[in-house]
Amino acid sequence: MNKTVNPKDLTSGDDDGPLYAARKKVYPQSVSGTFRRIKWGLMAFCLGVYYFLPFVRWNRGLGAPSQAVLIDLPNSRFYFFFIELWPQEVYYFTGLLIVAAVALFLLNSIGGRIWCGYLCPQTVWTDLFYAVERLIEGDRRERMKKDASTDPMKLERISEIVLKHSIWLLIAWWTGGAWVLYFNDAPTLVKELVTFQGPMIAYVWIGILTATTYLLAGYMREQVCTYMCPWPRIQAALTDEWALNVTYRYDRGEKRTSVKKAAELRALGQQVGDCVDCYQCVAVCPTGIDIRNGSQMECIQCGLCIDACDNVMAKIGRPKRLIGYDNDINIHRRQEGKAPIYRIVRARTIVYSVIIAAVGGIMVYTLATRSLLDVNVLHDRNPVAVKLSDGSIRNAYTVRLLNKSGYDRAIAIDVEGPVNPTMHVVGADSVTPDRPIIVIPRDSTSELRLLVTAPAENNPEKSIPVRFHVMDIGLGVAASATDNFVSP
Amino acid sequence: MTDHSEVDTVTGKSTTGHEWDGIKELNTPLPRWWVITFYLTIVWAIGYWIVYPAWPLISSNTMGAFGYSSRADVAVELANLEKIRGDKMVALGAASLADIEKDPALLALARAKGKTVFGDNCAPCHGSGGAGAKGFPNLNDDDWLWGGTLDQIMQTIQFGARSGHTKTHEGQMLAFGKDGVLKADEIVTVANYVRSLSGLPTRKGFDAAKGEKIFAENCVACHGDGGKGNQELGAPNLTDKIWLYGSDEAALIETISQGRAGVMPAWEGRLDPATIKAMAVYVHSLGGGK
Repeated sequence: MNKTVNPKDLTSGDDDGPLYAARKKVYPQSVSGTFRRIKWGLMAFCLGVYYFLPFVRWNRGLGAPSQAVLIDLPNSRFYFFFIELWPQEVYYFTGLLIVAAVALFLLNSIGGRIWCGYLCPQTVWTDLFYAVERLIEGDRRERMKKDASTDPMKLERISEIVLKHSIWLLIAWWTGGAWVLYFNDAPTLVKELVTFQGPMIAYVWIGILTATTYLLAGYMREQVCTYMCPWPRIQAALTDEWALNVTYRYDRGEKRTSVKKAAELRALGQQVGDCVDCYQCVAVCPTGIDIRNGSQMECIQCGLCIDACDNVMAKIGRPKRLIGYDNDINIHRRQEGKAPIYRIVRARTIVYSVIIAAVGGIMVYTLATRSLLDVNVLHDRNPVAVKLSDGSIRNAYTVRLLNKSGYDRAIAIDVEGPVNPTMHVVGADSVTPDRPIIVIPRDSTSELRLLVTAPAENNPEKSIPVRFHVMDIGLGVAASATDNFVSP
Repeated sequence: MTDHSEVDTVTGKSTTGHEWDGIKELNTPLPRWWVITFYLTIVWAIGYWIVYPAWPLISSNTMGAFGYSSRADVAVELANLEKIRGDKMVALGAASLADIEKDPALLALARAKGKTVFGDNCAPCHGSGGAGAKGFPNLNDDDWLWGGTLDQIMQTIQFGARSGHTKTHEGQMLAFGKDGVLKADEIVTVANYVRSLSGLPTRKGFDAAKGEKIFAENCVACHGDGGKGNQELGAPNLTDKIWLYGSDEAALIETISQGRAGVMPAWEGRLDPATIKAMAVYVHSLGGGK
């Protein structure tokens, strides 16, 4: 219940409280243990992929880019190893985003904020920047002391600060540099960039990403998660009582006492909590919170407090995982003397898995069965049909042929529908009469104006469904499109 | 603002006094960087007012410190576009009409350019797709008054028909009725004869021999033996299924009595040669070109 207090008791001394809150700087202490090792491993993997992927080569034949992952904006192509996507296939990205979102929900319903704690770029780069800071300026206590010091700076301290920011900027610059390599042939662009012959836009983007990386990982840090990111809010709404989150097991931890007092009380046969109030979990926390206050929006669930607490528990000879991946249900069950239960497979996780499998399956299927030859047809709107001097009827169509393969194709076009049709492609000489043959260069589209003429007396219907068959005469690959043949 | 100086006992923080279903909103202060950023955006906005045209005045507006204008930007962009197109249009102007149709890139350019120019200049009479109307030929079909080859189409676009240009197409359908050359019953007879040429039904009791005689005496000079037409004179083929002014008896009587002389303006001088070329290729590619 709220109580009415004298406004003067409030921190700012006025009715509305302070206008803003200064950031409380966080000084996470170094820690070792299982989760720290997992984090190091994932950090090395994520950064390795990000920094070096553009240099991976992939042979696509002569004249095609040889970069495994390339977003070719000028030519509107996206290359991912053996996959090449055109702009009209952007729905694969939609599918990918759906899978990514539901995978995030699935991870969340299994193990809480796994994305936030281990994989999110904000976490990975902040972790890296903290590691640099720790290496140069020392661990938590040293850094706090140095920051709090009011003595005039000595050369050693100045050089420390300069070195730290230089390394940060170097990492940030490399981050921006790797980014632009995804949009151009990496080795060529690197050569251009270092000889100052790269395109201006590349330098601009490197600059932007250097600035954001330096700012977000060096200064904003946990505030990005707390104030900017929507996921903590959404995550709280998506979680359920069975999801495992980094949890302080207060059933074991309370009441907190000192090591000495706990030993005395235990000797007397009394019930004492395992938490010895050492504040190690708080000291290592990169967001500066106390996990013992329960689930909090600020907690990114990186698991470092688990490591810190485990180390302490080992020292004082108590069982590990006073802090661990757990949920309230199990805490209550243990309090009631029941065995904990873990329910990974439940309606929520099944539904998420089914959605992922369905969307992923559809995507893989369509990708595997998509044709590298395609045809679109658009009927002329004005005039819809033309009567010729001998009374026959002509319809004109705009035909777009797409050749997504890495070689030129010779395409024959056939029409099916009207009786006794003749075809003519404007500007293209037919090799065989009434069967136009068109050459489409590799990895491109050709737009043709196709005229279909048919005698009126053979085609008395107002509108006849017409089907255009296009076939690669060398390979036999075919595609077709439908439209109508209309009489005036 | 009555009860908002309250402190939440769990967190020890003050509340805003706003309450929903028994839950009171904590008065959590904004982070400092956020507040600073907010003020910076206001400063930025003031800078924006100074640099760019911003405030409306009575009859104009503030012009901005550097005279920026989005309209000037458009002009620059358009000039750049013209420059880029320039080379291609030069290539178009240099190529022969037949070569343009054989080169897919030039054909695409000519069709795109031709379509735009057609929409601006030709569509009012010929329709946006060149479908034509009564008195204005359909450019999609294979019936051409003045010829349907690339060169003939270009010539017609350049100089027009009965346009007054020195090189224009001349020749017109005389007003046989109005000028008293043929009597009313003769006009009806010859109109039915003309209908018979393309297999259309004729009036009961129509004298085919008389019709043929009138036709031979008055019409063959331009429309030729058997009414096959003459593109030199723009005389239509009367044996086909396409009628510029309609094929029913009344329409034919009107044509023969009043004469016909539709005008197509000359575009030479109004459009540059490359554009006229593009348009000729476009019209030819509509489907009826020979």
